[in-house]
Amino acid sequence: MTVLLTIGTSKGLFLATSDNRVDWQVSGPHFAMTSIYAVGIDRRRATPRLLAGVDSSHFGPSVATSDDLGKTWSEPDQAPVAFPADTDTSLVRVWQLAPGPASEPDVVYAGTQPSALFRSDDGGRTFTLVRSLWDHPHRTEWGAGFGGQAIHTILPHPEDPARVLVAMSTGGVYRTSDSGSTWSPANKGIKAGFFPDPYPEFGQCVHKVARDAGDPTRLYAQNHGGVYRSDDEGATWSSIAEGLPSDFGFPIVTHPDRPSTVWTFPLAADSERFPPDHRCRVFRSTDAGTSWSALSAGLPTDPFYPTVLRDAMCADNATPAGVYFGTRSGEVWSSRDEGESWVQVASHLPDVLTVKAAEL
Amino acid sequence: MTAGVTILLPGVLRAEAAGQSRLTVDANGSLRTVLDAVAASWPRLDRRLRDERGALRRYVNIYVDGDDCRRSGGLDTPVRAGAEIQVLPSVAGG
Repeated sequence: MTVLLTIGTSKGLFLATSDNRVDWQVSGPHFAMTSIYAVGIDRRRATPRLLAGVDSSHFGPSVATSDDLGKTWSEPDQAPVAFPADTDTSLVRVWQLAPGPASEPDVVYAGTQPSALFRSDDGGRTFTLVRSLWDHPHRTEWGAGFGGQAIHTILPHPEDPARVLVAMSTGGVYRTSDSGSTWSPANKGIKAGFFPDPYPEFGQCVHKVARDAGDPTRLYAQNHGGVYRSDDEGATWSSIAEGLPSDFGFPIVTHPDRPSTVWTFPLAADSERFPPDHRCRVFRSTDAGTSWSALSAGLPTDPFYPTVLRDAMCADNATPAGVYFGTRSGEVWSSRDEGESWVQVASHLPDVLTVKAAEL
Repeated sequence: MTAGVTILLPGVLRAEAAGQSRLTVDANGSLRTVLDAVAASWPRLDRRLRDERGALRRYVNIYVDGDDCRRSGGLDTPVRAGAEIQVLPSVAGG
């Protein structure tokens, strides 16, 4: 078994491989001196296609693809993700690259800053703006989180290509069930503590959403204050924060194939963005958020202050599932036993923005 | 009839022009016209310099015969036949 772990940082992309998920070989940086906010691993091909959202502070954003697991990369002459002229908008960066369902093997979605959804029908080489979401009457009221206004989460339904869910900061969760003809906000029950009305129709600062492995209508959300579950594909949300040391944080990750298993990395609070009690701990639930347990074997025991960003935690598709996270202090950790024990993959990297992993 | 101008590229952008450090473009009149001609031959180089709205990227500096284009009309900066245009990344980053 070989596992590939992609590590997008503020100064380039690092690639780690391992045959045992304990000993890692790390290469890079690819695209040195660019920010890699988004990586997609498209496993619908015999050799997975890697997609990287590459953002140069000088020379702008782009999307590059690799069909040889990162040995070589290419990108088209024309900008792969670009706003049409009539929008009077230019792309800041790509925040998310999400392969579509198995039934649409060439569909890839891109979430961008400013908040927009793009769709590719050629495997991620070129993308087209999803007009229906761009033209949504709420769009002009969507705000910006500290990191910028972006669609950072895209969850295509695994079986029904007509259903896609996106999340943005700020704006909240939106979904379509008619192939993108119409989009509806899906935030009922998610708190927006920074508004006079804390439960608006939209405007929430949802940090990340993940879909349950067993039931595609079951979702988990790490909010800017609040951890939630939906059992009706986002129509309503209920708190699952009880049992966690705090309800603040950025990532939330689901098991690749076992229902009801979910991981998160809490921070103390909006106003105190350190791990609770300055302890490096991952929290896991195996009962869909009814209860949580702390996992820290092998993780640092010294006081720990770094943040794990919204896309800097993931699971692979191996058995048992591997779990990974990277920090803004450039450390990357992996677990080959679903979080029970951890080893360090890399240290002293630039800020880790995204990690993605897959068994090859 | 147009006459050529010379464009000098920094090392970091030469891969977008087949490794060349110096391009000759058969266009003049304004910097925009010259960059449009660059885009026709080297579209990926152009999109490193300008976004999809055609605006010069914030941290790209272009000097026309030694003058910063941002102080002489931006992309409307006049470019004479035989001009030398230098592209330089600005001081930015951390």
